[in-house]
Amino acid sequence: MKRHEPVQVVKTRRDALLARLIGTVPYIGFLGVTIDRRGDELTAVLPFNPKLVGNPALQALHGGATASFLEVTSIVELSWASLWADLEAGVIDPETDALPPLPKTIDFTVDYLRSGLPRDAYARARINRSGRRYASVHVEAWQDNRSRLFAQATGHFLMPPKDDSGNDSSD
Amino acid sequence: MPPADPAKIARQFIEAIPFSKALSMSLDEIGDGRAVISMPYDAQLVGDPATGVIHGGAVSALMDTCGGAAVMSHPDMPIATATIDLRIDYMRAASPGQRIRTEASCYHVTRSVAFVRATAWDEDATRPVAAATGAFTFQRAKPKGGTP
Repeated sequence: MKRHEPVQVVKTRRDALLARLIGTVPYIGFLGVTIDRRGDELTAVLPFNPKLVGNPALQALHGGATASFLEVTSIVELSWASLWADLEAGVIDPETDALPPLPKTIDFTVDYLRSGLPRDAYARARINRSGRRYASVHVEAWQDNRSRLFAQATGHFLMPPKDDSGNDSSD
Repeated sequence: MPPADPAKIARQFIEAIPFSKALSMSLDEIGDGRAVISMPYDAQLVGDPATGVIHGGAVSALMDTCGGAAVMSHPDMPIATATIDLRIDYMRAASPGQRIRTEASCYHVTRSVAFVRATAWDEDATRPVAAATGAFTFQRAKPKGGTP
């Protein structure tokens, strides 16, 4: 067991994995979503961009842009949470190992609480249940005030099979 | 039919929405609380690089837009609408390279709420890729010279 690795080694390892996780998905780049990391906690950021507008008169974010942002945040959180233990145990090399397949969305329900303003938006997802095959995630998005959500969503996801070599009898 | 063609106005209105334009959505049919909107496959919208499948969020944007269009075309002629909630069930992955088409219908309206169902297909019209149900606000014009 490694004790007290240099902080920069730890950060580089975690940031390398996160960068690969989001860098490979074209739609994340299309939306312009970035991820802030504090330890294992992720906050997704959707910088305002005029192309995300759904109501030109109000300059409000398109409901589809908001839904996309929430779904992206959920999937990144699920993948990140499933890789974290292996990453910290040194089982996976964040620079070179192939990443597992992404979770697949089964259903996603978005609750639009107020209109999205022409500003940056933030979101955090919480995994309420994560089993071998199914996961349930709740995600919240806000803009200026953390306590004034403008949208929230709940989704169910099919997790990629863990290839613990030949251990798939009851999968 | 009034002199201005409502379907044409609706088409221009929807095609002027920046996010819908960014996804190259086109309004194919509209009227009577029902709308059909489609969107071409685009590599920028891929959500899973391993398979080339479009991200669910892009499909959800298409269904949300189509639901809103269906509401706006309702015979009671609302002046505005906004999504209250939208649930999407992803039934299968849309085939990479194929156009995605959504049909939405506003199956019930109350004084202030419209209920919508939508289905999405790729080029195989026999097997839907997604289904959605949603509630939208239904803002009616104030009656002219309204009662006190």
